[in-house]
Amino acid sequence: MNPYAIHAARIAEKIQEAPGIYTFRLLFEDEAVASAFAFAGGQFNMLYVAGVGEIPISIVSDPDRARELDHTIRVVGRVSEVMGNLQEGDTLGIRGPFGHGWPLDEARGRDVLVVTGGLGCAPVAGAIEYIFRRREQYGSVKIMHGVKKPRDLLFRERFDAWRQHPDTEVLLASDVAGRTWHYHIGVVTELFDEVEMEPERSIVMMCGPEVMMRLAAEHMGRRGVPRERMYLSMERNMQCGIGLCGHCQIGPYFACKDGPVMRYDRIAPFLGRDV
Amino acid sequence: MTDRCAFKLPRDRFDDLLQAIRQRNYLLLAPVERDGSVMWGEIEGSRELAWGKADSQAPGSYRLEAGHPERCFEVTHGPQSLKSLTFSPRQKLVHVRCGDDGLTFDSEAAESKPTAVIGVRACDLAALKMQERIFIEGEYADPYFKARREKLLLVAVNCTRAQPTCFCASMGTGPAAESGFDLVLTELEEGFLVAAGSRTGEEIIASLNLDAAGEPEQEEARQAVEACAASQTRSINTEQLPQAMYAAHDHPHWDDIASRCLSCANCTMVCPTCFCHAVEEVPTLSRDESERIRVWDSCFTPEHGYIHGKNMRPATRERYRMWLTHKLAAWIDQFGSSGCVGCGRCITWCPVGIDLTAEVAALLEKDA
Ligand SMILES: Cc1cc2nc3c(=O)[nH]c(=O)nc-3n(C[C@H](O)[C@H](O)[C@H](O)COP(=O)(O)OP(=O)(O)OC[C@H]3O[C@@H](n4cnc5c(N)ncnc54)[C@H](O)[C@@H]3O)c2cc1C
Ligand code: SF4
Ligand code: SF4
Ligand code: FES
Repeated sequence: MNPYAIHAARIAEKIQEAPGIYTFRLLFEDEAVASAFAFAGGQFNMLYVAGVGEIPISIVSDPDRARELDHTIRVVGRVSEVMGNLQEGDTLGIRGPFGHGWPLDEARGRDVLVVTGGLGCAPVAGAIEYIFRRREQYGSVKIMHGVKKPRDLLFRERFDAWRQHPDTEVLLASDVAGRTWHYHIGVVTELFDEVEMEPERSIVMMCGPEVMMRLAAEHMGRRGVPRERMYLSMERNMQCGIGLCGHCQIGPYFACKDGPVMRYDRIAPFLGRDV
Repeated sequence: MTDRCAFKLPRDRFDDLLQAIRQRNYLLLAPVERDGSVMWGEIEGSRELAWGKADSQAPGSYRLEAGHPERCFEVTHGPQSLKSLTFSPRQKLVHVRCGDDGLTFDSEAAESKPTAVIGVRACDLAALKMQERIFIEGEYADPYFKARREKLLLVAVNCTRAQPTCFCASMGTGPAAESGFDLVLTELEEGFLVAAGSRTGEEIIASLNLDAAGEPEQEEARQAVEACAASQTRSINTEQLPQAMYAAHDHPHWDDIASRCLSCANCTMVCPTCFCHAVEEVPTLSRDESERIRVWDSCFTPEHGYIHGKNMRPATRERYRMWLTHKLAAWIDQFGSSGCVGCGRCITWCPVGIDLTAEVAALLEKDA
């Protein structure tokens, strides 16, 4: 099979989540492609806009319903901007799924700690929804999310909805105060002191700026969470998604095929470095 | 190199060999003089080869000079390796049609012409093997590389003359071509020694009715290749790799290199193993069609490490560090052996003569 082959998909639904953030529900045009497509939570697709280009975007929908592929896209630049202007009924291209996603199997029966930061965290949102749809299979869920300033908090309703699940805590932090901010003021790692955790039965999933993930991992390590049970979602320039273009390297790894979700004990020596 | 069944190919029968290959419908590519160096050029016969020429390479310098008047392979290697023949510098990946009813895609790999490459060096064979590991033996096989590779016939030449920039002996890749070719030649005082490395090679030799080589010719060839290895002055101490390179990440010497390096990317372009590429979108003016084109890229470009809002490698120091650390350390973890085959092209074609062997030595010095 040609890994460069692109398949046409139609936008069945477009939802605006926040200014400049859209969720697209995509359906393959070709029935054979649609029925053969299977993915795991946390894998990504290369989404293609004709005449513009191709970018890596996580699949956020449920792997058990692989016919409808949801992608949440934040408009930041050249390709994502044109993508954001597409409407229901338009076609774009899909190549994928690629990479290794969240350890949703390994997490079964464990307490799940989710640490995120920055402007929305689409990749991990899919994993959280996955867990809540199978709530009884997992232990406690603690979601800790940090932003620079209150207005960077996107998906406020989503956090509120998650809070309603049993045995679930959602903790938010903002570096600076704001009028409507009645959560923690400070960095996300300070939230760790507010939660009770059983390090030996916990698994950690992180997504956000690399510095934040590094500090969080070190912090969790000090709390006694084993390094091999912390997972980080890595972001690098990706031209191919299949380990051939060389852009996504992190030390000996290719973020596209060895990641994007990578185990902390493996990636730790290369965090905060440029090669 | 001498275990193979070798035959004598007199100089005046060299063309018979070339014609035997052409008769099998191969295009002949060989090193021919162009723009002051040698490049792969299409030839019809041996006359077009670089007879009587020899190259002289040094850090930041390449010149063609007069060589042995009756030899055509004294030009060791030009800026091109086999890389451009399999991993094309511009490769169309996908053709896109944008119609009223949506998008249609065609990603069929084009048929390429059977091509025989005459004069392939051991270092380039080692590099090709490495690129095969990357492009066709990994998790995802690249059909465009594969289509081109399958159409190549390789006629190697054992090196009997090394450049001051060559260090294949220390990387264990040359100067003798050990495998991965269809035919191998050794240029002697009187004609050539020829041996086969594949079934096709055997058939070609059989069609020529050559005499088996005697011990004197074999000995002459052996000695010439050994002398070539012994003449190499550069080397890389591979014993401490990859760990020592990773450990050198914060070495002050990177700043010293960065003060000289221009980030021009020449070294990665001439490198026979570098595989980085970007994919360009090339729409037609009317925008009803578009092409996805793969083009060579390099970790020395500002775009290579760019993600929105951040550049992983903002300056030359980090870019040179990426190149050397990938080549000599990460590569070993990724593909099982070093990304450097010792061809020395990056030394010759660096406009400021940066010599990776010297930089590695400085970086691996203990007390820095
Ligand atoms: C594995 C993975 C999953 C991702 N999932 C999502 C997601 O679910 N939702 C979302 O909104 N974004 C996601 N991103 C980020 C998204 O790919 C970038 O925002 C996008 O590539 C920006 O492209 P652009 O042309 O709009 O921006 P520009 O700034 O114009 O970038 C130009 C080019 O640089 C490259 N590039 C720039 N930023 C990135 C980046 N962060 N990662 C990789 N390549 C980049 C791309 O080739 C891009 O076309 C993900 C990135 C990765 C690596
Ligand atoms: S990252 Fe640099 S050294 Fe490595 S293959 Fe790409 S261009 Fe070559
Ligand atoms: S080392 Fe030399 S060839 Fe390579 S980028 Fe720097 S100046 Fe250019
Ligand atoms: S995205 Fe091309 S190698 Fe990873």
